[in-house]
Amino acid sequence: MNFTLKIWRQKDAKSKGAFETYKVTDISADTSFLEMLDILNNNLVHEGKDPVAFDHDCREGICGMCSLHINGLAHGPGQAATTCQIYMRKFKDGDTITIEPWRSAAFPVIKDLVVNRGAYDQILQAGGYVSVRTNSVPDANAIPIPKADADESMDAAACIGCGACAATCKNGSAMLFVAARVSSLAKLPQGRVEGARRAKAMVAKMDELGFGNCTNTGACQAECPKGISIAHIARLNREFLAAKLQD
Amino acid sequence: MAFKLDAKIPAGALADKWSNHKAAIKVVSPANKRKLDIIVIGTGLGGGAAAASLGELGYNVKVFCIQDSPRRAHSIAAQGGINAAKNYQNDNDSVYRLFYDTIKGGDYRAREANVYRLAEVSNLIIDQCVAQGVPFAREYGGLLANRSFGGAQVSRTFYARGQTGQQLLLGAYAALNKEIAAGTVKSYPRHEMLDVVVENGEAKGIIARNLVTGEIERHGAHAVVIASGGYGNVFFLSTNAMGSNGSAAFQCYRKGAGFANPCFTQIHPTCIPVHGTQQSKLTLMSESLRNDGRIWVPKKIEDVKALRAGKIKPSDIKEEDRDYYLERRYPAFGNLVPRDVASRAAKERCDAGFGVNETGLAVFLDFKTAIERLGEDIIKQRYGNLFDMYEEITDVSPYKEPMQIFPAVHYTMGGIWVDYNLMTTIPGLYAIGEANFSDHGANRLGASALMQGLADGYFVLPYTIGDYLSKKIQAPKVDVNTPAFDEAEKAVKDKIAKLMSINGKQSVDDIHKKLGHIMWENVGMARTEQSLKTAITEIQALRKEFWKDVKVVGDPMSFNVELEKALRLADYLELGELMARDALNRAESCGGHFRSEHQTEEGEALRHDEEFAYAAVWEYKGMDQEPELTKEMLDYEFTHRAQRNYKD
Repeated sequence: MNFTLKIWRQKDAKSKGAFETYKVTDISADTSFLEMLDILNNNLVHEGKDPVAFDHDCREGICGMCSLHINGLAHGPGQAATTCQIYMRKFKDGDTITIEPWRSAAFPVIKDLVVNRGAYDQILQAGGYVSVRTNSVPDANAIPIPKADADESMDAAACIGCGACAATCKNGSAMLFVAARVSSLAKLPQGRVEGARRAKAMVAKMDELGFGNCTNTGACQAECPKGISIAHIARLNREFLAAKLQD
Repeated sequence: MAFKLDAKIPAGALADKWSNHKAAIKVVSPANKRKLDIIVIGTGLGGGAAAASLGELGYNVKVFCIQDSPRRAHSIAAQGGINAAKNYQNDNDSVYRLFYDTIKGGDYRAREANVYRLAEVSNLIIDQCVAQGVPFAREYGGLLANRSFGGAQVSRTFYARGQTGQQLLLGAYAALNKEIAAGTVKSYPRHEMLDVVVENGEAKGIIARNLVTGEIERHGAHAVVIASGGYGNVFFLSTNAMGSNGSAAFQCYRKGAGFANPCFTQIHPTCIPVHGTQQSKLTLMSESLRNDGRIWVPKKIEDVKALRAGKIKPSDIKEEDRDYYLERRYPAFGNLVPRDVASRAAKERCDAGFGVNETGLAVFLDFKTAIERLGEDIIKQRYGNLFDMYEEITDVSPYKEPMQIFPAVHYTMGGIWVDYNLMTTIPGLYAIGEANFSDHGANRLGASALMQGLADGYFVLPYTIGDYLSKKIQAPKVDVNTPAFDEAEKAVKDKIAKLMSINGKQSVDDIHKKLGHIMWENVGMARTEQSLKTAITEIQALRKEFWKDVKVVGDPMSFNVELEKALRLADYLELGELMARDALNRAESCGGHFRSEHQTEEGEALRHDEEFAYAAVWEYKGMDQEPELTKEMLDYEFTHRAQRNYKD
């Protein structure tokens, strides 16, 4: 298969970026999207040109490192898949494909398609944990947890922190990301203890870092590669409201 | 000068060693901990857990990772589960049984004392993770669920769907975030350690490259902990993440730390087969699938030919025409034999011409029987995400047709030599998790990597490091403006300048693929004296080619992925040779190391305990010099070494 690629190139955080056009040829339908970029980059290196910088690591959809808006869609044309799980058979031979970095004020571009998602780490540092010390804990089976609660906690915990939700949201809101962590811990007795403090602290940090507000559009849920439901945002709102009422 | 290895194994009965040792080693008072600095390299289960626990204790910790966030370390990709000797299933599991299975699974090439300690602390890990809010799978009564993994006849594996590594890592990462917020840990994402600084024989810090700006930085500390994972990517194609690399460990080796059993590589039996030359990595299908999946190839060669020609589908082949070869050869363990055994059995069938895809390098993993027995819903609950992942990649639904699988490089049991305290041969330098060599012998059992990473990070290192640091309470902050730091920084800068100046004709990936090919063909699943000698010669030639003909583009003082890859490949080109040398030296078969000259009549690994019951510890002598071997003899005081038997 042959493709024309329009790729966002930007030297560094301070420089202005622009699209550049490249051609790739003889791509197998079984090649992954990122392998297609590897092939482009190998060609660029042979031509002595700077290869396209993009984030990736595990290439099996779990590390959350890969990003990319492909033809305007976060993580490209797949349902419930990350960019690294997109295969070229999803495209038609001869297609022109537009590739951009995450577009979010809170995720500044580092180079080309690579952005800084440190803001997500900061939100979790504000309260996305249970304050237990190593070894200062009861037996694992001391507190039974209903299977349905554990399952729902796991649904939320599947978040890979890739940033697609905030990058997709027209308001640049990180609500789905924050909700996933808050909700996952709220469904477990271990997480309930600090529930109120956590919800307030994480929401405050999200606001401070310049993420927008949620207007229930649902784009985050549609683009989330892990299919995290906006029902978790409802739970975050409930947690937050209850915490504020206690103040 | 050969190493004087002292494993510092405590005296006493196996079950008392760790308790005795903890009572004997020194501790550091809270007031003194505040004065001591520790560097941790890597934020996977080992590094993340260690950094968080050391921060809690009150040390000043700096933690470095190459990814953009500590949460992305490759532990996150572990799918199946984590072992612990809880005996919640009432199936007669115990600390001893977990210890014994691990020692036996490792084909009697691990240290008894370390493995027993691992089994002993395994239960604490599960308690710890539950308290952190890890959503393990549960039964309807609200208690924790278990499943089985290879090499065990009990159900002791705890899991969180097919994402156990992710959930455990998010637990460790959350603990780390708690300490970052508290100010005890400082995080350095997108930083790569390029050298360890050794002064007066002790580790004093590191040289790191800021991967965003390209700046070379100096960081001093009273102790350095390497938790940088394994070196499976020396094969180019492996299940490791693209960025996983052996360079941090290799710098330690270069600076004088012993490197043990480098040839012990785990080839995982259930990975998606290679599809073509454009592939960048291989995807693992969790071992947990072998709980319900049955592995087979056709009995008749006509069926194989028809399959390859696309004339029939696997589901067209009748039950009596299928060869469930693991069940046939190993009735007692069946599809749940250890990984090395399952991988070799697949290779044996494919070598005999029964490989089921066009390359002849694939076997079936079939869920037909399980779906008939349990229904599609139950199978979906257990493995839904893995089935979806498989379908995304191959365009085939495992609910309808069997998966095609083939072995691929997955894990390295070898690594930096450490004593019982997890300290390397360089005082003040520690290695934990996959980066060290200590617990898995010649083959790691499934669901034991997560166990070891967290055991080292949460429950072993935080105690043992105090014994060394208790001698440093009077030591001032490490000065990074010393000749040792100057020299290390200069060497790093010179190496980068050299790589940038070659301007040859081959890209880093071009040469890495060549290395991978040499490794897979000659130092892969079956090795011979001849293949290993070939590998050594070819790697030496390829290394020369690299230093003459590699092309690294871009600016070293910026975000430059080609330079990162070139620096790692430079190390692989030495490490690959070391692996081949170690494999050549070990003229026996054990676990994942299979020397074709040394097998039983039935084709099983044949150990030579009288000659090779040791850990081979190598000392660096220079890039083109032969390394020197020192042997740590492995005394089996408590277990009887037997030929592994998974048949009955």
